[in-house]
Amino acid sequence: MPESHVPKEAIGHGDGGTAALAIGEAESLERAPTARPLPPGGEPTGKPRSLWSDAWHDLRRNPVFVVSALVIVFLVVIALWPQLIATGNPYRADLAKAQQGAGPGHPFGYDTQGRDVYTRVVYGARASITVGTCATAGVALLGGLLGGLAGFFGGWWDTLLSRLADIFFGIPVLLGGLVFLSVVTSATVWPVIGFIVLLGWPQIARIARGSVVTAKQNDYVQAARALGAGNRRLLLRHIAPNAVAPVIVVATIALGTYIALEATLSYLGAGLKPPTVSWGIDISAASTHIRNAPHMLLWPAGALSITVLAFIMLGDAVRDALDPKLR
Amino acid sequence: MAPGEPLLEVRDLVKHYPLTQGVLIKKQVGAVKAVDGVSFDLRQGETLGIVGESGCGKSTVARMLVGLERPTDGHIRYRGEDITRLSGRAMKAVRRNIQMVFQDPYTSLNPRMTVGDIIGEPFEIHPEVAPKGDRRRRVQELLEVVGLNPEFINRYPHQFSGGQRQRIGIARGLALRPEIIVADEPVSALDVSVQAQVVNLLARLQADFGLSYVFIAHDLSVVRHLSDRVAVMYLGRIAEIGTGEQIYDHPTHPYTQALLSAVPVPDPGARAHRAGASAGEGRGRILLSGDVPSPADPPSGCHFRTRCWKAQELCARVEPPLAVPAAFQDATGPTRHASACHFAEERRVVPSE
Amino acid sequence: MTNGGAPPAQPLLDVQDLAVEFRTRDGVAKAVNGVSYTVAAGQTLAVLGESGSGKSVTAQAVMGILDSPPGFVTGGRILFQGRDLLTLGKEERRRIRGAKMAMIFQDALSALNPVLSVGTQLGEMFQVHTGTSRKEARAKAVELMERVGIPAARARVGDYPHQFSGGMRQRIMIAMALALEPDLIIADEPTTALDVTVQAQVMDLLAELRREYRMGLILITHDLGVVADVADTIAVMYAGRVVESAPVHQLYKAPAHPYTRGLLESVPRLGHKGRELHAIKGLPPNLTAIPPGCAFHPRCPLARDVCHTDRPPLYDVGPGRTSACHFWKETLDGAR
Repeated sequence: MPESHVPKEAIGHGDGGTAALAIGEAESLERAPTARPLPPGGEPTGKPRSLWSDAWHDLRRNPVFVVSALVIVFLVVIALWPQLIATGNPYRADLAKAQQGAGPGHPFGYDTQGRDVYTRVVYGARASITVGTCATAGVALLGGLLGGLAGFFGGWWDTLLSRLADIFFGIPVLLGGLVFLSVVTSATVWPVIGFIVLLGWPQIARIARGSVVTAKQNDYVQAARALGAGNRRLLLRHIAPNAVAPVIVVATIALGTYIALEATLSYLGAGLKPPTVSWGIDISAASTHIRNAPHMLLWPAGALSITVLAFIMLGDAVRDALDPKLR
Repeated sequence: MAPGEPLLEVRDLVKHYPLTQGVLIKKQVGAVKAVDGVSFDLRQGETLGIVGESGCGKSTVARMLVGLERPTDGHIRYRGEDITRLSGRAMKAVRRNIQMVFQDPYTSLNPRMTVGDIIGEPFEIHPEVAPKGDRRRRVQELLEVVGLNPEFINRYPHQFSGGQRQRIGIARGLALRPEIIVADEPVSALDVSVQAQVVNLLARLQADFGLSYVFIAHDLSVVRHLSDRVAVMYLGRIAEIGTGEQIYDHPTHPYTQALLSAVPVPDPGARAHRAGASAGEGRGRILLSGDVPSPADPPSGCHFRTRCWKAQELCARVEPPLAVPAAFQDATGPTRHASACHFAEERRVVPSE
Repeated sequence: MTNGGAPPAQPLLDVQDLAVEFRTRDGVAKAVNGVSYTVAAGQTLAVLGESGSGKSVTAQAVMGILDSPPGFVTGGRILFQGRDLLTLGKEERRRIRGAKMAMIFQDALSALNPVLSVGTQLGEMFQVHTGTSRKEARAKAVELMERVGIPAARARVGDYPHQFSGGMRQRIMIAMALALEPDLIIADEPTTALDVTVQAQVMDLLAELRREYRMGLILITHDLGVVADVADTIAVMYAGRVVESAPVHQLYKAPAHPYTRGLLESVPRLGHKGRELHAIKGLPPNLTAIPPGCAFHPRCPLARDVCHTDRPPLYDVGPGRTSACHFWKETLDGAR
């Protein structure tokens, strides 16, 4: 191996005869960064940006994204520190005030057991956000990993996984939840999260498998293979970064639906269990009193709707930004 | 390696893709014979052009040469060593010496990596080639060699035009200082005015680094321009092989003649003598009838016989060998070259300029 | 040769100073900046240009199939048989499409509907425009398929596009364009996706049909060889403008624009192994930032100060010839 990879003569080659001079000129002109042609579609490309910064550039200008992101940031903050805006105790019951409407210091009124609805709505965010984020993280990791590997390796591994995913797809979510969770006695959020991950991964796995199969066929993967790159490098360096966008989009939208699912399961008595404070539990408890004390139902239901909507809108905005074909 | 011995010897290379039926139990019902017995040599510093129409198997040959596909049968010997049966580390070492340049400059570069990472990746995969601290400088040198500004090292592929991207792809192919570059349609996706720049670059790099090229293209003019020797492929086999002069000016295989005569010449003056001539007569355009048969079910004997105006009963029965035809055994001029045809005869179809 | 005759009083198609722009989030791209060309009945005009030169956009504007938004026609006239198409309503333009002018696309597979048989798609042309019965339309479809050289047309009329080879699909596209015997056919890179032997078949068919039906043909291509083979006149486009137009023999013999000359010199020839190609330096411009003056000046070997500032008009440089170069005389003399 010579000491220098590229001999200096080679670089200076363009300064030779007249014909060679033409190359030198051509190249100096190609260096002008402004001279950029059109892509085959006929529409000009914009200023140089990578896909992620391009997406971020779009998102910042999208009011849907800005509003939903602000709502979500607010929800996350009160999930972490509910004391910031609710000084009361969500468990403190004053039966004398049961089902009373709004009063000074208690803007949302009281529930059947005389607990402050405002405080309980604020504290309820924690359960919803925890279940939503943890379940989504679990689903994305498990589904992304299994689907990605199935797409990359193909063969019997792919067949096996696809069939397995079909089986889990076939389980009715609510029925499965009622059966599976009714045997669990734990009052924590983990059984619910586990259940959602168990039933949710095939959705992400399918998306991940599809986008890995697409990415795998790109010439740059072949180019890396021709250089002698191993599977690890192919997957981590070339395929994953190019296949992850659809997974992120679907996961963000799914997050909202998982929160709604948790509330539904809790409403049916199969999800979270007291003493955990959850919108679903409170809605369930309030539903029998909807005629005489509608405020008990409306506030937690409103909070739930806003939260689910915020995540779904965020997902939509992210998809628009990451999927240039829809623009 | 003894002097004069070929760098690459390809012998009876075969690639069949099985056609299967059934969902759970896969049963092989046939095979797509993408490459069906291809042999050629590549000598040090020369360019071998491979031409042919889509589906003739030229890209599959390229993919086998760089180890992206494993041949079904046959040998590829690099400096005397059969590389088709190598695995793991030994293959990786060989790969350093045989690199590929891809056709589509828009899909052959990872959009998530910077130009520096793309050209530097060969060094990461083969760390013995360049010490870590030296890599950035080498990448910049490579950019300069292919005529790009070294300051572009932190940019992303989409910030470049097609021609510039193809230069990046070439720089990646050069990084490990290979002896052989297999270029699969490297200029087909480029605009005419940019195509010439990249063709000139490839020619200059060959002279500077003593590279040997296997240059695959469907554009016969570009192949002629760059190649020392040319192989014409049809339906998985080589129909005719020889020097540029032998193939273009003295073709003896009917398929080569038809292919060459169909190329539109950028000279309206050539129109008069091209039009009107029917197959088998004169120097005009030979219009082939029909389409290329399916490689899953190629004709018996000579693969070209179903579209050939000379075909006889013998052609269906006996596969013509790729050798100097008997009629030209005693010839001394450029007609004496390998041509897989029972009824080979010279016919000039390219207008001389 | 057809290029010798005197031009008829009124050309079939007369595009005058057409301007089209694309309004995108990255700015306004001036894809077409004052394109003028004419096609006479029975003649072939080749529009030659690289990607982004505006050759396809012009054709889309003529056909009235421009995606709008983002594309907008911002100026000029498109006179077709004496009528300005840009002043017509949507419904009138729709009636002209297919019946009076038709288009052939590069990618026949995506231009044909994959879920309908080719017979149905061909027959539809008659049913929609002339109100023939289904049965009659089917018979006409078979007739057309035979005319464009599809073997066993009667047996294959019920087949779907994917069952045909690339060359056969392109023949079906031609049959569809031909169905209502239009006066003008626009072929946008009709053979670019085809192999060279199949390309020869398809180009021959097109030329033959044009003669038979006395249609005007606009052939959009980047292939200098194809142009030399079939065109009567040529319009060379660069950065959204026609920079040179001329009868085919004169243009190849003595180009009057440096860009044309550069193109002709940069293609390798079949006849010999060359040493080095004369490449045009640089790249085609970004249409959101077209250089001032002559758009070609950054790549032009003849460029002088005036080229940086003054946009060259279309000079008359001979009978039926124009060139948008301040130094057309020098270019023409240099080429001779």
